[in-house]
Amino acid sequence: MKLVTITIDGIETEAEDRTPLLQVANTVGVKIPTLCHHPLVEPYGVCRICMVEVHMRNRVRMVTACNYPVTDGIAVFTQTDRVRRTRTMIIEWLLARCGQVPVLNALAAEYGVTEPRFGRGDDTCILCGLCVKVCSDVVGANVLGFFNRGTTRYVGTPYDEPSDKCIACTACAQVCPTGCITVDDEAEQIRGELPLGPRTPIYIPTMQAVPHQPVIDAASCIHFKTDACRVCATVCESKAIDHGQQDRVEDIQVGSIIVATGFQPVDAAKVPQYGYGQYPNVFTALQIEHMVNASGPTNGQVVLKSGDKPKAVGIIHCVGSRDRNVHDYCSRVCCMYSLKLAHLVHERSGAKIYNFYIDMRAAGKGYEEFYNHLLEEGCEFIRGRVAEVSDWAVTPLERGKLVIRVEDTLAACVRRIPVDMVVLSTGLEARADANAVRRLFNVSCSSDGWFLERHPKLAPVSTFTDGVFIAGCAQGPKDIPDTVAQAGAAAAEAMSLIDRGQVELEAYTAFIDDARCSGCQVCVPLCPFSAIEFNQEKKVTQLNGALCKGCGTCAAACPSGAAQQHHFMDAQITAEIEGVLAQ
Amino acid sequence: MATATFEPRIVAFFCNWCTYTASDLAGTARLAYEPNAPVIRVMCSGRVDPQFVLKALEEGADGVLIGGCHPGDCHYQEGNYKALRRFRLLKRVLKDFGVDDERVRLEWISASEGDRVQHVVNEMTNQLRRLGPWRQARS
Amino acid sequence: MAAKPKVAFYWCASCGGCEEAVVDLNETILTVVDAVDIVLWPVAMDFKKHDVEAMPDQSIAVAFINGAVRMSEQEEWVHLLRRKAQTVVAFGSCAHLGGIPGLANLNTRREVFDTCYADVPSLQNPAATRPQGTSVQDHLTLTLPEFFDTVKALDQVVGVDYYLPGCAPPADLIWGAIQAILAGTLPPKGAVLSPNKAACDVCPRKDSKPERLEIAEVKRVATHIADPDTCFLAQGFVCMGPATRGGCGSRCVEGNMPCRGCFGPMDEVSDQGAKFLSAFASVLAPKDEAGIDRLLDQVPDPTGTFYRFSLPTSLLRRRRIGVPV
Repeated sequence: MKLVTITIDGIETEAEDRTPLLQVANTVGVKIPTLCHHPLVEPYGVCRICMVEVHMRNRVRMVTACNYPVTDGIAVFTQTDRVRRTRTMIIEWLLARCGQVPVLNALAAEYGVTEPRFGRGDDTCILCGLCVKVCSDVVGANVLGFFNRGTTRYVGTPYDEPSDKCIACTACAQVCPTGCITVDDEAEQIRGELPLGPRTPIYIPTMQAVPHQPVIDAASCIHFKTDACRVCATVCESKAIDHGQQDRVEDIQVGSIIVATGFQPVDAAKVPQYGYGQYPNVFTALQIEHMVNASGPTNGQVVLKSGDKPKAVGIIHCVGSRDRNVHDYCSRVCCMYSLKLAHLVHERSGAKIYNFYIDMRAAGKGYEEFYNHLLEEGCEFIRGRVAEVSDWAVTPLERGKLVIRVEDTLAACVRRIPVDMVVLSTGLEARADANAVRRLFNVSCSSDGWFLERHPKLAPVSTFTDGVFIAGCAQGPKDIPDTVAQAGAAAAEAMSLIDRGQVELEAYTAFIDDARCSGCQVCVPLCPFSAIEFNQEKKVTQLNGALCKGCGTCAAACPSGAAQQHHFMDAQITAEIEGVLAQ
Repeated sequence: MATATFEPRIVAFFCNWCTYTASDLAGTARLAYEPNAPVIRVMCSGRVDPQFVLKALEEGADGVLIGGCHPGDCHYQEGNYKALRRFRLLKRVLKDFGVDDERVRLEWISASEGDRVQHVVNEMTNQLRRLGPWRQARS
Repeated sequence: MAAKPKVAFYWCASCGGCEEAVVDLNETILTVVDAVDIVLWPVAMDFKKHDVEAMPDQSIAVAFINGAVRMSEQEEWVHLLRRKAQTVVAFGSCAHLGGIPGLANLNTRREVFDTCYADVPSLQNPAATRPQGTSVQDHLTLTLPEFFDTVKALDQVVGVDYYLPGCAPPADLIWGAIQAILAGTLPPKGAVLSPNKAACDVCPRKDSKPERLEIAEVKRVATHIADPDTCFLAQGFVCMGPATRGGCGSRCVEGNMPCRGCFGPMDEVSDQGAKFLSAFASVLAPKDEAGIDRLLDQVPDPTGTFYRFSLPTSLLRRRRIGVPV
């Protein structure tokens, strides 16, 4: 590595030989404007905006700083008259092509170009070629290219047709200096869903993610589509990124398991009369939750799809809960989160808020008080199950609105309430794969698909399988304080199991009376825990009490009565039969 | 002969993990059902020896109900399959002994199906009221 | 000279095989005859009922009674012999368990008579003659013993001291019992004079059992010839061996026929048929109802097969009377 010494605007500095001049200027804080430069792309000096004066020995040259390799002893001047004059000319020529581009106009203002001599063209592309280079060199999709020469040169796709090789990575739009390449999110128009905000294929899942490290979504990562890009790996200083990582299946021996697989929200489409997916401004509570979040797609503003603020918002409780057509049970958390959203939406937008409820379930510390606070805030509560949400206007006031039709049971009349936005307080339900998951752990599900606790009062976090515990919404809908408490309980039980250092075996194991066993081996294939084996040398069948789980099926099958089960002996059960039938 | 005052006596063998728990649940949910089926708890429906069924009938039971976990859900993996196989064969033999089909019954009742316990016991009790007592002729 | 102990043989509802079993002792029978005084043996000797009635109570040392009790005459005789004998031995499966005649407990007397005196295809009975309990002929009243609905094993009628199992008991077992009687080395009363372990224990095919016994298809001796070296159950044949006492010398198995269960169950089992049913069903391969039923269809008469010898002493004892089947 050969170091050379140069001066830039009088500042002496050292740099590695042949480093691009622009890079060296950046290190000493000398600003040189660029348009066609991008750190990911090999600089190739096409827009000429970065031209500066370089004095070497007795020669003076105008060079493009972005790709000029520094050599020992050069003196660079970035603000001479000549540089300014040259730059002004270039700006004027660029304006002659792209007269309305904001970044060019900003440059023009900086260099005092108020009346470009060559007029203002109405193109937006300055032919810098960044998009082409990014698409071919970085992304590897090779979708964009230059076509024609001279004044008719332009950037486009082969045959000017939409390219099916484009992977919609939007890299071209991101590098374009003039903003002439835009991205249209068609999904938003088709699904009527709020865009969730742009997220790169490599991302940190949430602000609270543990570990707080990015993950790569292999399905949208450019590298997995084109075998190129890997920009993230290039810029990572710790070289921590490895696209070659494979899923690893690990066998971990554990003594206890806590299953805390949570819930899934009820699909609002299951209650079609509320218009989810039909009308653009019908949202689920989770979507509003996302919206009011400061790091969400609207920076925390509550807006309609049109971008306007709503003037009236209706929050419908019990969507998919307390509903014979979906779930009979109450999802427990929705009343409180609805109140929270009512408060936040009102705060952000000033809208009039209506809550449509069956009962207000505010059991918890401060919960009832919060409800009262909302009443004082002017939030209107209407007791009645909403019949439907529609956009049919019956009166002029309802035109352009979503109308909520509901029986106000306390006022004993049917009301039509026009609102701009409808929020559906969807309930919680067991995850779609709950049945498959619970079989893995040999636990039961209760009737609604939640995992079954050993006893609803006395053993809420254990299951019927020793060593497997459950916590959180996997066991049933509950809010965060309850979930945390349950998680603590499950952890404590798991810990006590581990700390004990020994396992208590069931008392009701089976055993085989050697004196009676004939070695018929009928019982051997019956034991799913492999507790029974035929001893070939001794020619007797033997039962391992430590493996036996105590089902007793061997005892039922044994044709000699030699296999018996402690505490469930034939004689004991016979005595029970005689007992219950005694006159 | 069924009489107006005849109350059938059913011996119920319930597996601990599913059906017995379900009957507990029926209790905590205050689901009332006929009291004609005292329960004998076994750890698994696979423990139910056909001798128990016959013994119950011999001792004066009018019916026997066996309750186990749904196939695939047995706490001990496959005990209920063994119970099923024995039950199917036992039913054929019971037919030759003149035991009416309704008198010996195998039901899969999971731990959360307290209402099913209620339903099955009520149904069986009513059926046996109509059928009358199981009397063994001992001549 | 001490009097030789008196011995009686009697037969109830039987086939006569048990009398032949005694004769099967061959020349040993001469030793027996020397050692004891046979005071009753209807098949071989001409003693009458009044001879027995004339004997003092308990004067017979051992009465060997074979056959099941299903008629009033048999009932009277067994009560008589119980009075006259110190020790009563239930001889053979019929006395021990009810035996093959016991299968009639799946029917009623009426059904038996309907079959025998009316329905059998080869029958010629235009007058529909039936046995009558009492009939008058030429001013003489003739009686026939009452034919009961239910067949009973011996101990369901009188107290029994020992049981000699088998259909018929093998000669060596009989000789062993007689020797024990003469030497006074019988086990405590109530015992079955054969080991209390299933036949599998001494079966010549025991070593051929697979590691995992599972039946995927059921075979019958009527349609399949069994492999002479492999465990019958493993081959899919119904073999009652696991549920039957050993001590018979495995004669049927040696003859390539699966065990039928004539020695009856072990002491800890209340119902031989039910226990075998449980064992057999447990090792069937299918898990679904349809598959299970398909296999069970291959056992045409499970009741008759599993309860071939033991129906009267099973838990339910007989088909319920008054219920059509």
